[in-house]
Amino acid sequence: MANVELTNVRKVYANSVEAVKGVNIAIEDGALCVLVGPSGCGKSTLLRMIAGLESITDGTVKIENTVVNNLGPAERDIAMVFQNYALYPHMKVYDNMAYGLRNRGMPKDQIDKRVREAAQILELTHLLERRPRELSGGQRQRVAMGRAIVRNPKVFLFDEPLSNLDAKLRGQMRVEIKNLQRQLGVTSVYVTHDQLEAMTLADTLVVMNGGSVEQIGAPLDVYEKPASTFVASFIGAPPMNLVHVTAGKTGLILKDGTHIGAEGLSVPASGAVIGFRPEDLEVAAGDERHAGGLQLDLKVLGVEPVGAESYVYGIVGGERVVVRVAGRSPSKTDDHLRVIIPKQKLHLFDADGKRISPS
Amino acid sequence: MASSTRVTFPNKLLPYLLLAPQLAITAIFFYWPASQAIYQSVLREDPFGLSTQFVGLGNFRRVISDPNYLNSLHVTVVFSIATALIAMALALLLAVMADKVIRGKGIYRTLMIWPYAVAPAIAGMLWLFLFNPSMGTLAYLIRSAGYNWDPLLNGNQAMVLVVSAASWKQISYNFLFFVAGLQSIPKSLIEAAAIDGAGETKRFWTIIFPLLAPTTFFLLVVNTVYAFFDTFGIIHAVTSGGPGKATETLVYKVYNDGFVNLILGDSAAQSVILMVIVIALTAIQFRYVERKVHYG
Repeated sequence: MANVELTNVRKVYANSVEAVKGVNIAIEDGALCVLVGPSGCGKSTLLRMIAGLESITDGTVKIENTVVNNLGPAERDIAMVFQNYALYPHMKVYDNMAYGLRNRGMPKDQIDKRVREAAQILELTHLLERRPRELSGGQRQRVAMGRAIVRNPKVFLFDEPLSNLDAKLRGQMRVEIKNLQRQLGVTSVYVTHDQLEAMTLADTLVVMNGGSVEQIGAPLDVYEKPASTFVASFIGAPPMNLVHVTAGKTGLILKDGTHIGAEGLSVPASGAVIGFRPEDLEVAAGDERHAGGLQLDLKVLGVEPVGAESYVYGIVGGERVVVRVAGRSPSKTDDHLRVIIPKQKLHLFDADGKRISPS
Repeated sequence: MASSTRVTFPNKLLPYLLLAPQLAITAIFFYWPASQAIYQSVLREDPFGLSTQFVGLGNFRRVISDPNYLNSLHVTVVFSIATALIAMALALLLAVMADKVIRGKGIYRTLMIWPYAVAPAIAGMLWLFLFNPSMGTLAYLIRSAGYNWDPLLNGNQAMVLVVSAASWKQISYNFLFFVAGLQSIPKSLIEAAAIDGAGETKRFWTIIFPLLAPTTFFLLVVNTVYAFFDTFGIIHAVTSGGPGKATETLVYKVYNDGFVNLILGDSAAQSVILMVIVIALTAIQFRYVERKVHYG
């Protein structure tokens, strides 16, 4: 067990592409830190730098307060679960798990004990004599986990470990990984592009974009107070509605001049982006409104019922807006729908997409 | 209920038409000459080709009891094992090295593959020009270094020379397959092994080499067949089977007895035996060696 500390970590490739631009992250002992972002945001590179599979151009990586920049992957005492599991296809499950221990010269009886313990935790005992190709995707995933936990390392690194599984299994494994991580209390870094996985697993959520960290925080804090329009649109499904506004004579106006209320909300002269979660929109009965809140007259573009709720897609003044409605929605395409958003549910960002302190 | 995934052609004739060229080639260049050889092997023909006589297995009996033939068998075993081993081991070494090169990867590979484009007889001539004791450039260097290099008189040295030439020519082919084999091993496996604390040598022997097994097995079969048959041109150009039959392999003896000495019956019997040996060897390889190979 150990803390992990990244200080000004940079990665510049030989072709002078800067994949990671000065990242600072501190992960507490035993915490699960999730790096989330779109593909190409540098999250996997960062993980591989922690693992020692990728050289560190600049900055320092510390594990348990020791700088590990110049240590090889084997000397950092980490274990990694790869996206394709990277199981050794010519070895039985048992040998796959024992390989790392054998390389470290552990006595046979101790290896056996550890492997069987790990197999029991992961319910792999009956599969120990099989080869990876005889296993299902979920079982392979477990073996990959098993190979990591037998080593009892200081840090677990997960590189999109669930993205090769089907949706149902992914949900199941997500819960198992979380429980296992809690149970073992090993500091973990988890990379994913799936915001749902990130939200549910993380103790600390790190949202990355274009090689930089956009925001670090507890998942719900990030959800409730996104630091930028990027984070706002990345975390949450469907994503937060973002609408470009300027100050009108009374309240805010859209690009085409439509008044949308929100009197008393001061926005920069250069314009702003106002954001609101789909679930924070209320369908208005008649002329009802919130003082200082927004009201929008949507033209319905379509309705997506997903069972427990429905998503109503609408358009107002050229801006697209999603409304989350519980259960079935009576709206139909081309209907008009009046929605209101209370003032305290509004998020305000400046023209560059940075959050402006809540009004 | 498994449904049949077999492709069926609507036209009954088309599949046979598509197969015809390959079948024709196999029939003309294998079945016909092979059956001719079997037919010849039970006949005895006089030196002028005027009369033939059926002798049953007489030719086989004589060939097998001929000490020259047993010598040739011994030469072939030594030559084939040495050639296949050296060609494969060096090719693997070079492939592993080339896999590590980052800059100019393509250039290295292209250069490595060139020898394959050289015809066997030409390859033999190249080696002869380099190592012939009277005119060879490298032979001169070896002799001036104080070593008594004379493959024209020393049978062992002649063997070293033909094995080197035959291996050199086959390395390119093996290299190509090993490079492809190495590329098909996922990088993440190597990385996982590195994290698992395996050093470079250990990684090679415990992960890479076992995963190359399908390639290695395939090359073993191909190299054995190559050493048995395709090295005729090299041996012919470099030593002509000499000195004193020290490099006379089975194939070379078939040629020598049949086309030089015109003992057609013996030669045919030898080629039939050779065919049986190669079929048996390939069967053994598939039956016993392939069991140790893990595909995927």
